[in-house]
Amino acid sequence: MLIKKRTGIEIPSSEITPEHLYHSRRQFMKGAAALSASALLAAACSPQAADVPRGSADSGDAADQAPGEVSTTTDELGDPLNDYDDVISYNNYYEFTTDKDTVAFMAEDFVTSPWQVEVGGMVRNPGVYDIEDLRTKFDQEERIYRLRCVEAWSMVIPWMGFPLSKLLAEVEPFPEATHVRFETIYDPEQLPGQKRGGFKWPYVEGLRLDEAQHDLAILATGLYGKELLPQNGAPVRLVVPWKYGFKSIKSIVKIELVDYQPTSLWMDAAPNEYGFYANVNPEVPHPRWSQATERRIGELGRRETLKFNGYEEQVAGLYAGEDLRENF
Amino acid sequence: MKLDRKTKANILRWTAHVVALLPLAIIIWRYYTGQLTADPIRDITLRTGWAAIVLLVASLACTPLNIVFGWKQVLPLRRPLGLYAFLYVSLHLLTFVYLDYGLVWGLIQEAIFDKRYALVGLAAFLILLPLALTSSKWSMRKLGKNWKRLHKWVYLAGVLAVVHYFWLVKNVYTQPIIFAVILGGLLLLRVSPVKQQVIRWRQAARKRLRVLTTS
Repeated sequence: MLIKKRTGIEIPSSEITPEHLYHSRRQFMKGAAALSASALLAAACSPQAADVPRGSADSGDAADQAPGEVSTTTDELGDPLNDYDDVISYNNYYEFTTDKDTVAFMAEDFVTSPWQVEVGGMVRNPGVYDIEDLRTKFDQEERIYRLRCVEAWSMVIPWMGFPLSKLLAEVEPFPEATHVRFETIYDPEQLPGQKRGGFKWPYVEGLRLDEAQHDLAILATGLYGKELLPQNGAPVRLVVPWKYGFKSIKSIVKIELVDYQPTSLWMDAAPNEYGFYANVNPEVPHPRWSQATERRIGELGRRETLKFNGYEEQVAGLYAGEDLRENF
Repeated sequence: MKLDRKTKANILRWTAHVVALLPLAIIIWRYYTGQLTADPIRDITLRTGWAAIVLLVASLACTPLNIVFGWKQVLPLRRPLGLYAFLYVSLHLLTFVYLDYGLVWGLIQEAIFDKRYALVGLAAFLILLPLALTSSKWSMRKLGKNWKRLHKWVYLAGVLAVVHYFWLVKNVYTQPIIFAVILGGLLLLRVSPVKQQVIRWRQAARKRLRVLTTS
């Protein structure tokens, strides 16, 4: 596997938090969490017990739990990466279960090899790509992205992958193609959630072609310097960091160029709540809750949500002159 | 061994206390063993909320249990169960305003008015608050007839709690539906004609049973 290390956005090294500061910040967070939680619960337990690393009581392969190498400890805004343990243990993946905490366990035996991705529709060079082809044909680079869930929590995650635009360039979309449609694998035997009603499985997502061609939109095959685990969308998933997490479809088997706006699974399930665009926007609330703030996993309290999840400079041009409230 | 009435009542009462405190014990234990998921605030919110709604429904179930089965022993459980429900509602609200929103009032205000489920949740808390404050025997005596009138509001709190649950889930409604059905059934049993009919059935059944055992 050819690996080219690079962060998503070039940042001056002065903005990167030195490692000792980063660690002391994590320690402070743990201390603060211990303090307030014990105040709340009036728990008369020893305070140092809070230093027990999270997940230590869980079973699981030690090798699975250890992150691989990453080039930095923060995103370009100086915020620390989330622990590998958190990234692989707290997942929204309804095809396994709606319980975020149990997805990793349910996904343990999910078969991700062999795996093929069919790329077709309105393209000159349709093809079926083996997952290994995707890994070797396209340089894998590191991208540190914020992931903002529509449920108002977020993480900073070091992905490995390649720009979707490179794959699109290879299949050569016809001029009539306007959108890209993505589909997750449909396999109710392996994905018991797909037997549940209320959703039109398989999971479908879509992007406008210019969004899909934006350099920030990647197909990820790994995270924290290791191959993706099933709970994170193995073997290949989309990552569109300026949109709510549900746009970043997992375990993709089909990518299709089309000349219509695809209807995503969430648009179909609740059209008044989930739009096609789903750009992170603190000014446009979800019909049932505010999107003005978010909880960064690993932190206490809330932080203000950034427009386009902090990628406004890079992506605002895609939506120039559009009503973001209308196109939610 | 045959237990006398008083021992039975004591066992029931202590069981209720232990069961009602269990969710809190689990939260504390999971906190100190690092098992509150990657998002402990959310987990604490969900656990306290769930305990609150279960205990509130349990408290509302006592009277209907007496109507249907004639179990008078459960009637004294209404107060402790209701108070424990209020304890968890308070912890739930405290988690929201303190752990989650860090007591930043501007954000809290905005969150409550943007999240309609938060608004009904708050309404349920504001209803339960005076009920908890007037739960003592002394208040009962002091308020006389008005006490019953005041405490009827608990039904509305129960309904609001279920609505709160409905409005916060993301398209998977199994749990809120279960609570709605149970609560609906419990409320139905309190409607006078239904209640009278059920009591008649129970008494008739008991009479038949007595005839069978004596003949």
